[in-house]
Amino acid sequence: MVMRTKIALLSAAAAGLVMSGYAFALPEGVDTVQVTATAKDHPLGELYSGWHFRTPETQALQQDDFENPGFLWVEQGAELWETVDGSEQKSCASCHEDAADSMATTGAQMPKWNEALGKPVNLEQQINMCRSERMGAKPWKWESSELLSMTSFVRNQSRGTPVEVQIDGPMTPWFEKGKDLYNTRVGQLDLACVNCHQNYYGQSIRADRLSQGQSNGFPTYRLKWQKIGSLHRRFKGCMDQVRAEPYKVGSDEFLALELYVNWRGQGLPVEAPAVRQ
Amino acid sequence: MGHKLAAGFCLAISLGAVTAAANAATIEPQDVVIREAEVESSLTGSPGDPAAGSKWFKSRKLGNCLACHGNRDQIGEPFHGDIGPPLDGVADRYSEGELRAILVNAKSVFGPDTIMPGFYRVFDGQRVRKEFQGKPVLTATQVEDVIAYLKTLKEE
Ligand code: HEC
Ligand code: HEC
Repeated sequence: MVMRTKIALLSAAAAGLVMSGYAFALPEGVDTVQVTATAKDHPLGELYSGWHFRTPETQALQQDDFENPGFLWVEQGAELWETVDGSEQKSCASCHEDAADSMATTGAQMPKWNEALGKPVNLEQQINMCRSERMGAKPWKWESSELLSMTSFVRNQSRGTPVEVQIDGPMTPWFEKGKDLYNTRVGQLDLACVNCHQNYYGQSIRADRLSQGQSNGFPTYRLKWQKIGSLHRRFKGCMDQVRAEPYKVGSDEFLALELYVNWRGQGLPVEAPAVRQ
Repeated sequence: MGHKLAAGFCLAISLGAVTAAANAATIEPQDVVIREAEVESSLTGSPGDPAAGSKWFKSRKLGNCLACHGNRDQIGEPFHGDIGPPLDGVADRYSEGELRAILVNAKSVFGPDTIMPGFYRVFDGQRVRKEFQGKPVLTATQVEDVIAYLKTLKEE
């Protein structure tokens, strides 16, 4: 059963995050949290969730769990959590029991280093490894309703927990690779992530108000898609916009980019499932 | 990778050959000379059409200048961006040659870090989607049309 508590971002504020003003104009009546970047070499001073840049209507939709359409996926994920599947006749709950306890921080800490594979794994990949290795079940396809539901459910257990990913040790080359991708201009329009999300956040590109491109809200329900989508799908969309050939969802490139983007949002509370335009 | 690059390059050359045959005066993207932030003469050898230029300016598929710039003349359009400065009076601030250099390759005028794309350049080896490989965003004719339109944006 899913707990439909209205945590908003206030619990995160209570947990010691800084409340303060804005460097740019927000829609009237919007009061929210910003986090000061902690890492010395962070390229941004203040971190803002993508939530800050949306209209009051979209913001309200996200904050009401009964109205937030993303909860359809969270609920389906809750059911799948208990559903026995595969040759081992196990469910996620057989190993992890109550997700509210066992998954309270997981969603904020992915991708994590996997010693056996010798590479990081993100939430989607970890879920599928559990399915194939522990349950004897078929991995779910990327962007399938099952995988989206499970990632939404698991990430939702970490809602309010500040994002904290490991970037040292064996993660360093992946972090550097992600940083490199973030700063490399691609496509016919010759633009990099940094050009839009670091230098012009708060300003509008046609009808769209640019955010810092943070990942704390994912999986995110997009009004435009009329469904929930993964972070890698969003990366793909941004690369499409600049007329670049996107990397594949689940690719090493997007995994490295995910690690780096999560680090850029280190300290922002997980908001999944967020609602965006 | 090397293979892909080579394919893109051949495509650029063959496309170039076709347009050059169609209009002998047209300068290809790789041949445009930008000197001291100016491109002196028309890319097509003739002046553009301001009415067509205004269309490319707002078209999401072509110039999409309105994504980043607004100006009084286009205020009837439902959405414009504010990433770049409003272009009112831009004809008084820049010569025709300067406007042409900005459009061809904004980096040559504003520096390498600008967000404004170059509209008459061809990129190799940076994951340009297949259908756009070897092609600039705008054709030479369209660039001249947009310049003709920008030249109408004078301060009152
Ligand atoms: C041409 C501008 C542009 C570029 C370049 C760009 N994006 Fe975006 N991005 C947008 C727009 C517009 C949106 C939707 C509004 C928003 O949330 O910022 C967006 C949204 C996002 C979001 C969703 C944020 C949220 O809170 O829902 C993420 C994450 C993101 N971008 C990451 C990236 C990454 C990583 C790259 C590079 C691969 C990139 N973007 C390149 C324009 C761009
Ligand atoms: C992705 C954003 C973007 C797009 C698209 C864009 N521009 Fe720009 N433009 C800028 C920015 C930003 C500047 C200011 C220079 C800078 O900061 O690099 C600028 C500057 C200019 C200037 C000089 C304005 C002044 O007053 O100094 C002109 C002229 C111009 N752009 C024309 C165009 C035209 C015409 C198009 C479309 C064919 C276009 N731009 C598309 C972002 C953009």
